[in-house]
Amino acid sequence: MMSESEAYPLEQFRKTYFEECAELLDVLQANLELLAAGAGGEETLHAIFRAVHSIKGGAGAFGFSSLVAFSHVLEGLLDAMREQKVDATPDVKQLLLRASDALADIVNAARSERVLPAEFASDILTGMEEVLAGASGATAPASAMSGLESANVAVQGERSYRIVFTPHTEMLQKANEPLLLFRQLRKLGGLTVDANTSRLPAFEALEPEAAYLGWTFVLETGAPESAIHEVFEFVEDDCDLSIVLLHEAAEAVSAATAASATEVAPTAVAAAEPSATVAPTPSQSIRVDVDKVDRLVNLVGELVITQAMLTEQGSLLPVDQYPAMIQGIEALAQSARELQESVMAIRAQPVKSVFARMPRVVRDLAATLGKEVKIVTSGEMTEIDKTVIEQLNDPLTHMIRNALDHGIESPDDRVAAGKPRQGTIHLSAAQRSGRIVIEVSDDGRGLNREKVLAKARDRGLVAAGVNPTEEEIDNLIFLPAFSTADVVSNISGRGVGMDVVKRNVQALGGRISVQSRFGAGSRFTMSLPLTLAVVDGMVVSVGKETFIVPLTAIIESLRPQPSDINPVVGRGDVLALRGEYLPLTYLHRSFAIGSAVTDPCQGIVIIVQSEGAGRIGVVVDELLGQQQVVVKSLEANYDAVDGISGATILGNGRVALILDVARVREIGEKSGVRTITPKEKTIEVREDMTHAA
Amino acid sequence: MAKRILAVDDSKTMRDMVSFTLRKAGFDVAEAEDGKAALNVLGGGKFDLIITDLNMPNMDGISLIKNVRAGSSHRAVPILILTTESDGTKKADGKAAGATGWLVKPFSPDKLIELIQRVCP
Repeated sequence: MMSESEAYPLEQFRKTYFEECAELLDVLQANLELLAAGAGGEETLHAIFRAVHSIKGGAGAFGFSSLVAFSHVLEGLLDAMREQKVDATPDVKQLLLRASDALADIVNAARSERVLPAEFASDILTGMEEVLAGASGATAPASAMSGLESANVAVQGERSYRIVFTPHTEMLQKANEPLLLFRQLRKLGGLTVDANTSRLPAFEALEPEAAYLGWTFVLETGAPESAIHEVFEFVEDDCDLSIVLLHEAAEAVSAATAASATEVAPTAVAAAEPSATVAPTPSQSIRVDVDKVDRLVNLVGELVITQAMLTEQGSLLPVDQYPAMIQGIEALAQSARELQESVMAIRAQPVKSVFARMPRVVRDLAATLGKEVKIVTSGEMTEIDKTVIEQLNDPLTHMIRNALDHGIESPDDRVAAGKPRQGTIHLSAAQRSGRIVIEVSDDGRGLNREKVLAKARDRGLVAAGVNPTEEEIDNLIFLPAFSTADVVSNISGRGVGMDVVKRNVQALGGRISVQSRFGAGSRFTMSLPLTLAVVDGMVVSVGKETFIVPLTAIIESLRPQPSDINPVVGRGDVLALRGEYLPLTYLHRSFAIGSAVTDPCQGIVIIVQSEGAGRIGVVVDELLGQQQVVVKSLEANYDAVDGISGATILGNGRVALILDVARVREIGEKSGVRTITPKEKTIEVREDMTHAA
Repeated sequence: MAKRILAVDDSKTMRDMVSFTLRKAGFDVAEAEDGKAALNVLGGGKFDLIITDLNMPNMDGISLIKNVRAGSSHRAVPILILTTESDGTKKADGKAAGATGWLVKPFSPDKLIELIQRVCP
């Protein structure tokens, strides 16, 4: 449809369209949930209609015909509901929910240019058409094409038509200009015009906005009569119009009268005063490119770093000599902090957009598993950084699936256990002490601690003679070696387990834990930073270098005794810690740093949770202190470096690298020179998630 | 001086497409995402033509047309309806409210320009 110009940036429009579709589908989903819960009012239905309508509108422009066809029927059903020809019965609501899911699938297929099978969602289509057919007087809307699109019929021989046209005042009020209609007519062929001025009153009685004139045209044209009707298409209801085919060649109308017609001044209302161009008033919200916001966040980050440097320098000044200076530095610190918070708030978005997708996950899986499950969400308006939200979807989906797959029992089992047939999954978000806490709880069977512990011992995850606490047992399920198991573990996933969830949550600087009561259900609690732009870190030194270790990753730190360190052939040194053996990674070796402490017993060992290798010890020279640091991307300024997740500038102006603890073991295993592998880290995480889904 | 057109649609895709088509044809274009926003924009400047969608949140196209025709600053300006609305009643409502003409989405750029020239030379 839009292909006539090569300059037409169709790709860009497509991108916008699909971005918009994602938003519209979220809106659709959220409002359908409201409707299904019986909570929505009239506006809910309108919002649903508009979302479908907009999706359809764009789809037409890009020629996504199956999307147009499906949304067209859905729109018809919604329209019938708006006009109360169809009631929102439970069946209809169910149908709408399924239709919305199918619509999302069709949009995704269009986006990825996949072709869906012809029978896709045909049952839903049929269902909707049946509901529509059952509704009295409601018919599916007609084809989207009409009006101007009615095309040129084959050219015929010249014919003469007499057209008598008398505009009503309403026609002029709608800004339809008679003169322009004449021009349209003239395009069709030879035109002669006779003006009828008989209704024109005396000048004193003349209403400037009223219509007094009428015209009689004779048109010689090869175009069909429909082309003439088309000219008058917009004004038919606001004028007297007759179009008569003259069999004989028309009598010539005098040239004089024809001329008088062209002199007819436009009868339209006088144009408004010349423009004083004023900038349009902006609406309540504006759309801003994320790049611009990121640049702002970055700049504020720089500002905060400079401020920290000034504060550090200022603290060296004697207060009595420079009171104003020190006061100024304090004021600057305050403003910088507030500025940073405000900027972060721009990026903050409600978690609603992610939460809204979960009911579908539940519906799909519940249907597959033959379980009856409802999902209850709360705290959707809790706001969190956009980048965090984007990466929240996968772990959350996984947790919900786990709860449904392994937590919630089958309806019969539930009844036997004295529970309602329908299980409940509760998804909530709340902000607590500068972090966001997301909980997924279910009223399913809970963790069987005996089995979990037995299996953990079996796999050597818990040494014999060690008796973990209940909480420790529950959290064993996050261990990588645990979840790939085939034994009934209640929570382990389908080949991919909670360790992946944990790793992803950690990648976001978050923590995850589980509380469970056997027979009564489980609750997973995920705590995330409000932003990824600031990290709470432990500042450590290695030789002359300074590193930041994210606090969330640190389990403990200690200075070992020489007897605790044992070399293992081919594996490097291990640290004996309360009956466990943890591999040691020396940062000075990983990053080839000279003049560092080489003996762990002279330095400090930080115990962190690594990716794949469980807990490991990282050997550093000493701990310098705890500090909140602004994360600067290495990728953006230099290149991705394995084992490093970013950099920051400390108060003393020095650059410190932020350790990617999840990966630090792997660089420890490679020896010698550090190589730079761009973007490897992010890609790998994504792949893991795909497998997890 | 280039004619100024206000394009009103809640869909950014549609606004982008309409704006692009119009700008390419040499028009000066402003955008609004619903009827309310459109009235705001109209209050701040002078436009030669309004192109509006019908289904929009806050204030729909019909109310926008009624408002414009009832006001003083733009009541004589042609208003085109650009809508996917395929059943005739809505279009008739738009017409009754004071629309000058209409075009059904999906629109072809040529048709849009032709239509504009028809109502606003």
